[in-house]
Amino acid sequence: MTWSTFPVDNLLCRCLGISITVWWTFLFVFIIIPAVFGVSFGMRRFYMRTLLKIFEVTKEPPSSLQQEMQELRGSAGCLRSEPEFEMADIFYFCRRGVESIVDDEVTKCFSAQELESWNLLTRSNYNFRHISLRVTVLWGFGVLVRYGVLLPLRVTLAVTGISLLLVLTTLVGFLPNRELRSFLSEKVHLMCYRICVRALTAIITYHNRENKPQNGGICVANHTTPIDVIILANDGCYSLVGQAHGGLMGMIQRAMVKSSPHIWFERSEVKDRHLVAKRLGDHVADKTKQPILIFPEGTCINNTSVMMFKKGSFEIACTVYPVAIKYDPRFGDAFWNSSKFGMVNYLLRMMSSWAIVCSVWYLPPMNREEGEDAVQFANRVKAAIAAQGGLVDLIWDGGLKRTKVKDAFKEEQQKLYSQVLVGEQDQEDQSGDRQLEEENPEGDRNNQDSSKGQ
Amino acid sequence: MGSSSSSMDHIPNAEELMQETGFSAAHLLRLYERFEFLDKDQTGELRPEDFGAIGGLALNPIGDRIISAFFSPGQETVDFPSFVRVLAHFRPNGTNRTRNGTQQEPVNSRTRKLKFAFQLYDQDRDGKISRAELLQVLRAMLGIQVTEEQLQSIAERAIQEADLDRDDAISFDEFKKVQQVSPHPQTPTKETPLHPTEGGR
Repeated sequence: MTWSTFPVDNLLCRCLGISITVWWTFLFVFIIIPAVFGVSFGMRRFYMRTLLKIFEVTKEPPSSLQQEMQELRGSAGCLRSEPEFEMADIFYFCRRGVESIVDDEVTKCFSAQELESWNLLTRSNYNFRHISLRVTVLWGFGVLVRYGVLLPLRVTLAVTGISLLLVLTTLVGFLPNRELRSFLSEKVHLMCYRICVRALTAIITYHNRENKPQNGGICVANHTTPIDVIILANDGCYSLVGQAHGGLMGMIQRAMVKSSPHIWFERSEVKDRHLVAKRLGDHVADKTKQPILIFPEGTCINNTSVMMFKKGSFEIACTVYPVAIKYDPRFGDAFWNSSKFGMVNYLLRMMSSWAIVCSVWYLPPMNREEGEDAVQFANRVKAAIAAQGGLVDLIWDGGLKRTKVKDAFKEEQQKLYSQVLVGEQDQEDQSGDRQLEEENPEGDRNNQDSSKGQ
Repeated sequence: MGSSSSSMDHIPNAEELMQETGFSAAHLLRLYERFEFLDKDQTGELRPEDFGAIGGLALNPIGDRIISAFFSPGQETVDFPSFVRVLAHFRPNGTNRTRNGTQQEPVNSRTRKLKFAFQLYDQDRDGKISRAELLQVLRAMLGIQVTEEQLQSIAERAIQEADLDRDDAISFDEFKKVQQVSPHPQTPTKETPLHPTEGGR
């Protein structure tokens, strides 16, 4: 019996060996080598376009205001189907209003037409309902692809990236020559972050790169996820600020600090604001050191708004370079809800999504003006970031100061509704009156006469 | 989904609320999380400004009427039980649980839903929709898209149809009669977002 199974085992081993070799070659040639040299084949963008085409399949026929009104009228028992005002019409707006009170998803910032397509991730479809067999099959296939192909690939890349970071930064740290060390450290950091970016299949578009943060400044950005760091560090070298952790994170932190000046605080030191400010101040005073990267919100926000900035980083006297990061919600929600998911859980979710697509805008540098205190400066920077990223600025916006946007959308709703009532023709008086006449077949003559008289 | 039982303890009188409104524990928890999210200042109560910050509501033509429906006359804040009671009107009819014998009308009955809509029209709460109130609602829903004449004629016709006792206003009974009896409940035909999500793949 053992003799008969032996050739099969041999064959199996061979197949396994070959497939692993192919896998690694593919990985190396197409992903790691380009990452090392900073070259891109454009494969990720092609992938993104393909995904968008596939998501179109799930698009439901857009249900217009007119159709929904008819549905509501039908269920209200109104027998007439002609377009005229019914008291029940208010239910349509009422329902839309209450729906937005109960749930205000990120995708609701798009118009109703656009959000009809689903991105095949159950985690992002709050009203998961069976759309069609075809879509469900697509979804099942998507699960297989994501968990069977993409996830192992990405995990391999991530592990490679992190180990390379650890090893290379430690090696670079041994070099005696300071200039060579900083030069190499920059290259090493960029390379490893590029590999990590590919590990997440992050497709990033950088805007206004002429405003990139310079040495001796502070870079502030809105915070959605820990991945923000990787996304920004992919394009430039920053000094990170944070608490010293233990475990794997701690190892990475200690390795990084050997080759470039990052600022890690012990837990006890975090409370001491003067110490923090002093260390940050010393760092920016040294013009040879990289800009510091700080997230003033202090916590991850869900990328629809910008919360209050903590003023600590704005008290230091130096140039502030604001950066706005906006994630494209069509490909999945990158927001880390730290109360719901732990870090590992979150990373697994990210690595089993389709892709992370985001835009980064570098805004022109800002300085604190005369007579402006830290809080006002912080709010000014925050407003600039919110405006650029299309996010809601939650302090200024308390009373809905986005009046322009609001009115335009409201008018659109009113227009749609009036078309239901008065018809899709021009709003000229003649056609308007004719329509009204047609809508009154029973001929309430008194009514008509009085309306004409007016 | 991770709705731990300890979170239910934060909700005051959860059991009573569930009985009264018919929401399940999961629903209630989800609404509580939403309430806390809207309550930016963490005061435990919502103000009209908190509602105003909701994007979708701001661009709703009758958004401010819906907001004022949450606040009882003279009150400036709404607490969680009142919030939930108002939302309970919108629960689909088909999911009523068996009551414990009380013959009280369920919160989300057809009549209560109609009453809610009626009050959106009747802002001064005098029990009748006057011509002026009807015109206001029409103007809100149509904006500048129709002329004053068209608006007047639409309002005129609506009142003619509904006003049976010829007092130039529409009472609640007349309002109900206009929505003729139908076998389908007055609920949205798509699933409401009040169903909690399951699974997070």
